[in-house]
Amino acid sequence: MALNTVDETAEGLSLRQSHPRYGEKVIRIILFAAAFVSIVTTFGILISLLIPSIEFFLEVPITDFLFGTTWTPLFNDGEFGVLPLLSGTIVITVIAIAVAIPLGLGASIYLSEYASSRVRKVLKPTLEVLAGIPTVVFGFFALEFLTQLVLIKIFPGIEVFNALSAGLIMGIMIIPTIASLSEDAMAAVPSGLRDGAYALGSTKRQTAMKVVIPAALSGIVAAFVLGISRAIGETMIVTIAAGLQPQLSFNPLIGMQTMTSYIAAAGSGDLATGSIEYKSIFAVGMLLFILTFVMNIFSIRLVRRFRQAYQ
Amino acid sequence: MSHTQIENQLAGRGTLLRDRVFMWSLFVSLAIGVLTLAVLLIYVTVKGWPRLDIRLFTNMPSVRDAENAGAQSAITGTIWVISFTALIALPTGVLAALHLEEFARPDSRFQRFIEVNIQNLAAVPSIVYGILGLAVFARALALGQSVITASLTLALLVLPVIIISTREALRAVPRNIRDGSLALGATEWQTAYRQTLPAAIPGIATGTILALSRAIGEAAPLLLLGAVSFITFNPDGVLSGYTTLPIQIFNWTKESREEFQVLAAATIVVLLLLLLAMNFVAIWIRNRTQKRW
Repeated sequence: MALNTVDETAEGLSLRQSHPRYGEKVIRIILFAAAFVSIVTTFGILISLLIPSIEFFLEVPITDFLFGTTWTPLFNDGEFGVLPLLSGTIVITVIAIAVAIPLGLGASIYLSEYASSRVRKVLKPTLEVLAGIPTVVFGFFALEFLTQLVLIKIFPGIEVFNALSAGLIMGIMIIPTIASLSEDAMAAVPSGLRDGAYALGSTKRQTAMKVVIPAALSGIVAAFVLGISRAIGETMIVTIAAGLQPQLSFNPLIGMQTMTSYIAAAGSGDLATGSIEYKSIFAVGMLLFILTFVMNIFSIRLVRRFRQAYQ
Repeated sequence: MSHTQIENQLAGRGTLLRDRVFMWSLFVSLAIGVLTLAVLLIYVTVKGWPRLDIRLFTNMPSVRDAENAGAQSAITGTIWVISFTALIALPTGVLAALHLEEFARPDSRFQRFIEVNIQNLAAVPSIVYGILGLAVFARALALGQSVITASLTLALLVLPVIIISTREALRAVPRNIRDGSLALGATEWQTAYRQTLPAAIPGIATGTILALSRAIGEAAPLLLLGAVSFITFNPDGVLSGYTTLPIQIFNWTKESREEFQVLAAATIVVLLLLLLAMNFVAIWIRNRTQKRW
């Protein structure tokens, strides 16, 4: 009401812009286009995966792909059952997660509930350095150090390329992901909840385990899910340290191929665009994308819900 | 009664012991990560030491002559690829973040869709970006196995990270800077370009450097984009063939002879030093220009 009167009465002093600003509009369109690149990327990924995948499934029935137990794409009469790649992915992911969840959660509880600010100032960035190490370096370390200097002494029968070393090092690699997201979640828990627990006589451990963790649970679960998604999608560690032998087995001491390391190995050869091997990269890629997509969305929603609860 | 005895009685028998064990196991879980990092750094340095010399910078890679092999083309290739990645990803990312943070209607459905989409893209496995690059840039656009294919692919890969960190930097600029500018008659774009953006530059620089250091270490997508073949020349243009440091390391780890593992370790040290330098620059910028509003 008040604004209207200003506009109507003081004609010479209008606060409206004197002439339309076309430049401003053009700039807005450019900015929007830049933001739109991210949507184009997602659709680009979907389409570039989908078209060759459909062509692939015209040649290989989708049930043979999903439930077949032999993966021999380079044979003349090749079989395309993805289960060996899936089992390789699962074995290595389970090992990685068995390392990363307890260690990452433990580290985050320590950093958020126990560490003095001085200790945290040193240890937190150190943990972040771990996140910045290129995965090819972790792969080298898994093969040259962990397998050949450590594991071979504990398990004399272990193969040079094996799922265990890849999984263990991948677990170490994921610790920072899980630790920093869980720590964020715990830091967002209002201190009133902690004070209440202390006032009722809880010790630090009881407060952390029975108050802080349950209150931060959806954020922590989101961190776990994102960690699993990273383990499934990790390529270089498995390509270098876990070998390239598709095996439908749950023995971690032998070499295995995962979905990612198959894509890397097949894609780095010079395959003809129309060949069935070339298309198989995209079919496996599609499966990988769907699996990680479901987990990412689940994790994003959990974080969102968590943020809403404490704002 | 001593202080601990009283505490024990209050807390219940054995509780304090359990508390102490709990705290130490938390500390150990943190220490395992830190110790692994230390062992890794020491191991690659010691292993690579015999070949950490000038030949690494002056000579070209080889899979035959381990004695004289170097990583020059990988170093120049990394510089080429990362420069163009930055040139593509930085403006796109900053403009996108400006749109999302300063201009878009918050809480509209489309805005939420874009946000979830960016968060998901940040978590898509890097090898999937390689598939995108292979299908779209290398084959459909016929750019082949070139520097520009790699740069475009890596730019898309780091774009979500740059957008997210730029938005955080913009969000940290207080509202009243914008209000003051608007009140003096500046348009929204003038406000964003001359007030908000300059104030956010330290944060943007830090985020971008960290995103680019992720791209430097990335090998998986490049495996699909032709970097694996042995390249013994420096790139001479955007359509030139290339190799990068992580790819060269990967190539040498595949060789069975021990000399090549030493070379791989030496090249890892070069790569890590490069990343370390970038991180120092990022931290330096952050500390130097940190503003308290």
